[in-house]
Formats: sequence, C-alpha cells, structure tokens
Amino acid sequence: MPHTLEVQAHQAVTLITLHRPQALNALTTELLGELAAELQRCAEDPAVRAVVITGSRKAFAAGADLNEMAERDLVGMLDDPRQQHWQQITRFAKPLIAAVNGYALGGGCELAMHADILIAGSDARFGQPEINLGIMPGAGGTQRLLHAVGKSLAMQMVLTGEAISARRALEAGLVSEITQPELTVERALQIARHIADKAPLAVRLAKEAVLKAQDLDLASGLRFERHAFTLLAGTADRNEGIRAFQEKRRADFHGR
Amino acid sequence: MSFQHILFSIEAGVATLCLNRPEQLNSFNTLMHQEVREALKVVQSDAGVRVLLLTGEGRGFCAGQDLSERNVAPGAEAPDLGLSIERFYNPLIRTLRELPIPVICAVNGVAAGAGANIPLACDLVIAARSASFIQAFCKIGLIPDSAGTWALPRLVGMARAKALTLLGERLSAEQALEWGLIYKVVDDTDLRDQAIALARQLATQPTYGLGLIKRSLHASLDNSFEEQLMLERDLQRLAGRSEDYREGVAAFVEKRTPAFKGY
Repeated sequence: MPHTLEVQAHQAVTLITLHRPQALNALTTELLGELAAELQRCAEDPAVRAVVITGSRKAFAAGADLNEMAERDLVGMLDDPRQQHWQQITRFAKPLIAAVNGYALGGGCELAMHADILIAGSDARFGQPEINLGIMPGAGGTQRLLHAVGKSLAMQMVLTGEAISARRALEAGLVSEITQPELTVERALQIARHIADKAPLAVRLAKEAVLKAQDLDLASGLRFERHAFTLLAGTADRNEGIRAFQEKRRADFHGR
Repeated sequence: MSFQHILFSIEAGVATLCLNRPEQLNSFNTLMHQEVREALKVVQSDAGVRVLLLTGEGRGFCAGQDLSERNVAPGAEAPDLGLSIERFYNPLIRTLRELPIPVICAVNGVAAGAGANIPLACDLVIAARSASFIQAFCKIGLIPDSAGTWALPRLVGMARAKALTLLGERLSAEQALEWGLIYKVVDDTDLRDQAIALARQLATQPTYGLGLIKRSLHASLDNSFEEQLMLERDLQRLAGRSEDYREGVAAFVEKRTPAFKGY
C-alpha cells in the first residue's frame, strides 16, 4: 500500500487522493513514484476505465518538496529520478481527471495539467511560483500552460509567479468547470463514470488524438485522427455502439 | 482572551465583537485591525460559534480609519493607502462576507468612512434610531473602500449610490432603512437587547443551512440565471446532507420543536 496516496475503487473509476497533509501535498519523489506506480497499475487493470486524482480540501498539491530539491546539485538534477515518474504519468493512456481544491502550485499545477480534464473548486488557486525561488517550472509548466491559457497569461504566471483564481482559470480555459469545493471530487467522479461507460478503445484513441493536436501540425493531426477513426471500424464495440443507438438501448461495451 | 481595542466574547453560540475605542469613535488603528483579525480567526475556527454579532462601544459604531495615523506632512511622500486596504480592510470585508454563519451588525451610532461600509458586508444590519451612515471619503479626496462602491449600487441603486458617495452627506438610520441599505431600525435603548436576542435566536437555527443561503445570495450577484440554478442544485445537495435537515424533517413529522446543531 502506498504511503502518500489513498486509492479507492469506485466501480470502473479509481480515485487517487494525494495524502501528505503535513506538507500541503508537496510532491516528494516518493509521492510521484507512488503515483506513477499506481497509474501503471490502473493502466494494466482492464476493470479501471478512468482515474480521478485529487488532493485535500486545502491543497491539491502546493509544489515540489523544497528540501529534496535543495539537496540536488547539477549532477543530481541530471540523474533526477523524478523525470521518469513524470514521463510515466504523461504516458497514462486512460482518461485522467483532476479534481482541484485549494492550491495547485508549481509541480502541483503541473500535475493537474497532466490530467485530461480539470475540475476546480471555486476557491482553487493555480500558479507557477518557481520563479520566486530562482528556478523555473520543470515538469511542463512552461509548455502545457501555454496550450491551456495562451501566451500572455502563461508568461505572466511563469514570470511573476503569481497565482490565478479558479474563475480566471475557467475563463482562460485551464479548467473546464468550477464547482462548490465540497462537490469537486463528486463532480469529477461523475464525469469519470460518464466516460467509463463509453467504449474504452474509442476513449483511448480519442484522448490520443486530442493530445496529438498539441504536438503535430494540423495536416498530420488530421491524418492521425483519420487513422484512429478507421481503426475503430475494426472493433466490436463500434458495431455494438451503433446498433444500440439504432435499437434505442444502452450499449454494452467490452473494450474490444 | 483580552484585547486592548475590542471586546470579544463567545456565549451560547454567539460571538460578540465590539469595537472599543469609544473616545475615537472606534476608528481603526493598526492594533485594532490586528485584534479584530485575531478575534475573527477564533470565530472561523470555533465550530461552536453559530452567529457573529458585530457592534461598537460608546456613541459611535465606527468612524473608519483613524486619520491621526494617516497624517500626511507637507512635502512628505504620499502614503500607500492601497497597502493598508490590501493588508487590513479587504481581508476584513472578505472574512465577514465569507463567514459561513450569519453575521449581525448592530450599528449603535455614527458609521463613517470604512465604518459605514463594514455593516454592508454583514448579513443583517440593525441600527439605532440615532445612528447614521456617512460616506465621508469624498470629503478628503478619497474613494469609498471596504467594498462600498460594490455594495451601494447593488443595495440602493446607482443614483442614490452616487449621491451618497459624491456628496458625503449624513444618511439617517430611518433613511437608510427606507432605501434598503439596512434591515431594521430600533430605539437606541433597545438596540443592544434586540441585537442580542436576534443573535441568540439565530444561533438555535440550522446555521449551516443559513450559511449556504448567504453563499447562494452572494453568488447571485455575479451569476447568470443558469449558473445560479446550478449553484442552487449544488448547495441544496450539501444542505440535504446536513444533520439539521434530517432533524428539521423529523421534527416536522413528529410535530415537535427541532433541536438544530448547526451542521
């Protein structure tokens, strides 16, 4: 059982709760490693169709662990084991939803941006305060933020270190919904369950296609989309989905 | 807990915070700000507190900022009033507004400057008949702060808000009542008793639900109709899970007086 996470299965949805209350869920190497391992387990378990990741009511995650970081010199940074954990989290192919209450700062903001969908409690705060420490975001903060909120706001956040409110994050497109803080996790689970009801292969390829849009030029992205679309024609779930729609009944998907 | 510039007590679920610099009409200096903040922290963290009653000692409620701390000598550099707002007034206003329990303000006398706007951040304002509200800022070249420019147009309409803030004239308690700025006016001698009675009464009510009502009304000022409908759904979901709701329904069915606990 992991030390820094709580893991709960809600039927086809797994809820991962970051749990280092003493440090506002600061992302230690241990925590990141456990998270990566847990996601790996979810990836391999066919019964898990979507994952929700959340923190506490007060903080999703308030950044990296500064003590750890201070200990690492240039060579230490080159061999930083965290890099592998981040890559593993990035590679997670099933839908990942972040339910963010309170602070999502630094690595916490970057972790939230690894999710496919972000739901924020109305008092959530998003920021990349690394610049205040003489460093900069190191896990996607300068890259994913740009895609999420556009250049001007991304630059402002990264260069001033000032956090933005949930409402601002919603306006900018960083999060897709704001809820009452007490209901953030519930709403994220609801969306996850919704997705878990869909055909797993279609969900997986659709996720991949949307993410491709950030890496590829439009023509290549469209080509990828078409390939993926065509690939689904060979699945049993696609036949089931169309037939169920025609017969006005609920589809019964099996991920094949 | 002992303070120099405020009186603070908690009794039967009611926290009473009384501004206590009567000689200076309870105007705010730095120490009073800090003490108010300390007291409000207690209110926020003590689950037994179900109502906050805010009032002033002596003949005034609050004359806003103590200007003796703000005296600008000729040739001296202008003070950064924004800093004092950022540090003290805005957090105070936010805290009063966001407290998840009903906040009663008993305006016992003149309420001027920030002191006129602090009551507007409370939920139920009762004023003594002799009390008055003065948006005095315009008289010294300033603008109404402590959310006055936000609250006034919403409470009394833009025309009256402009008259109040541009002229800085004294608004009587009666007029404030007529304009919808406050909830109730009572005789001076009755203010204290009535405010305490109201606070005690509210403290026996389902205060968690009352907090949600407050929250939903606040949100309605920013929300679209659709957003508000969704908020009502969400807050009702929370209210429906409370022990007080369970108790309220049970007492109704059993035809008895409910015993609410505030959660």
